Amino acid sequence: MITQLVFRALDRKASWLIAAILLVAVAVPACNLLIPPGQFGHVPGYLVTLFGKYLCYAVLALSLDLVWGYVGILSLGHGAFFALGGYAMGMYLMRQIGARGVYANPVLPDFMVFLNWKELPWYWLGFDMFPFALLMVMLVPGLLAFVFGWFAFRSRVTGVYLSIITQAMTFALLLAFFRNDLGFGGNNGLTDFKDILGFSVQAASTRAALFALSAILLALGVFVCSMIVNSKLGKVMVAIRDAESRTRFLGWRPENVKLFAFIVSAVLAGLAGALYVPQVGIINPGEFTPENSIEAVIWVAVGGRGTIVGPVIGALLVNAGKSYFTAALPEYWLFALGALFVVVTLFLPRGIVGLVATRAPRRARMTARNDTVPPVLHPKAEPAE
Amino acid sequence: MTDRSGTMLYLNGVSVAFDGFRALNGLSIIVHPREMLAIIGPNGAGKTTMMDIITGKTRPDEGDVYFDGRTDLTRLDEAAIADLGIGRKFQKPTVFESHTVWDNIELALKGPRSVFGALTYMAANDDIARIEGILDTIRLAGRRGDLAAGLSHGQKQWLEIGMLLAQDPKLLLVDEPVAGMTDAETVETAKLLRDIAQTRSVVVVEHDMSFVRELETRVTCLAEGAVLAEGSLDQVSRNPAVIERYLGR
Repeated sequence: MITQLVFRALDRKASWLIAAILLVAVAVPACNLLIPPGQFGHVPGYLVTLFGKYLCYAVLALSLDLVWGYVGILSLGHGAFFALGGYAMGMYLMRQIGARGVYANPVLPDFMVFLNWKELPWYWLGFDMFPFALLMVMLVPGLLAFVFGWFAFRSRVTGVYLSIITQAMTFALLLAFFRNDLGFGGNNGLTDFKDILGFSVQAASTRAALFALSAILLALGVFVCSMIVNSKLGKVMVAIRDAESRTRFLGWRPENVKLFAFIVSAVLAGLAGALYVPQVGIINPGEFTPENSIEAVIWVAVGGRGTIVGPVIGALLVNAGKSYFTAALPEYWLFALGALFVVVTLFLPRGIVGLVATRAPRRARMTARNDTVPPVLHPKAEPAE
Repeated sequence: MTDRSGTMLYLNGVSVAFDGFRALNGLSIIVHPREMLAIIGPNGAGKTTMMDIITGKTRPDEGDVYFDGRTDLTRLDEAAIADLGIGRKFQKPTVFESHTVWDNIELALKGPRSVFGALTYMAANDDIARIEGILDTIRLAGRRGDLAAGLSHGQKQWLEIGMLLAQDPKLLLVDEPVAGMTDAETVETAKLLRDIAQTRSVVVVEHDMSFVRELETRVTCLAEGAVLAEGSLDQVSRNPAVIERYLGR
């Protein structure tokens, strides 16, 4: 049965995507480490880190697409799961600094010494152990998603109301994490990381390894999402997206399906955040801002929601555009982003992937049968009754 | 009202009001196993509300709703009621448009409804044979791979009936099954429903009198949320109250 599940997950598109990602996972670090600087083909270190960041965003986009594109839950607070995963990793990295901090306290991070704290709060215990931190990276976002989803989906909150609540969730966390007395470094967040698993976070080899891990996480995310959406559960998810109450009358429980997708998605987003933090070197409450979550929604919309490839492409392209724009024309980036969202919503409802996908099969189908019915690939949701 | 043992569907004195408007007003209906009941009545008579109450979408303010003589439906939600064996076809055909005809049937197919069951589901040969049988019955075998969105209105109606069959329910609630169908399709649908009623209970709500005649079954006329007349179609359509409140209009 497991082999069948694996086989089903690896349809043609997913296999190609995973192969391409794994190729990148090897090629970019190799070009960075093995080809000396100045020679043709060398990838400079700053680009490795930048691309690694994009890959983490791509995982976030993929996780958002699983709930938005397939189940119709437009989460405007997915950045919260990403940031929580990031904080869990940041706590591990803080504990690794040890006595090398400015105040040279072997246990307490600098900001706690600064706040005159005498001992480590209980919720920082265990974060000196990597396996524990890794567990928390998945558990904390997963648990939040479980609690949030349990209440929201059970009370049948849907559509724009749900979106507003998700945004309120990330905003509430933003405000909470800004507070110094919460014990997560307040405004400044967690930074000045020294090493991860004994390797310096500044070293080129560590950065290359983090890049490769980000790519592997993305490949793994593609695999898991593909396995879910290609299963019967994936069909139920799409059915819920299009006609939720109809699925109830068939005996399905949309709240359970949504909860499952939401938790998987949150865990994936948390893992992305955990790999993001050592690469950018800081995690602060800014990651909780609703703008970040909305930007992730735009990546998915641009790439093409309801597809596996779409969010990956969207996240990579929009972020490459962002890097270019914010350097070339810094004042105009937000205008460009807004315009992009409007254009995609109006003219490309299925994103870049939809643009490519609608052309080819339509022609093929037209010639195969004399069918004049246009294939409606994304009919608007028609809730039963 | 009579004893509810031995009934498939038992409604006694069911009332429900929305914002003061009494959609159902002491409605009592009984359907026996392997029996078909056709329900007619003017718009606003409470036909759809009755189905909403049976399927758990709406809770009645008062009255009893029992399935199979013993299960109190007013305590259960939609999914639990569907699981008991009550299938519903909506007035407006509601199929999953972005799924293929095949997948629509597969989603309705009787079987475990758990998240992990669905994740690891592999179509067994029995299931495939059953889906193929249903597709033959509803004459959509040739369009199994097409998206449901591309079907005509009548075909969507049939697909939804197919989804009902796939659920393998004991009781079928069928709301206006022949809207948008040609005369020939209407006759076929009546035949199909009569066949189904050999083994299951069926409640059909319909406005099309020639279709109701084709069903050759007991008829109940509702008006203003209560039963106006019961009997054969001829008896009901001769009833002066029915002529005044429904047929004469």
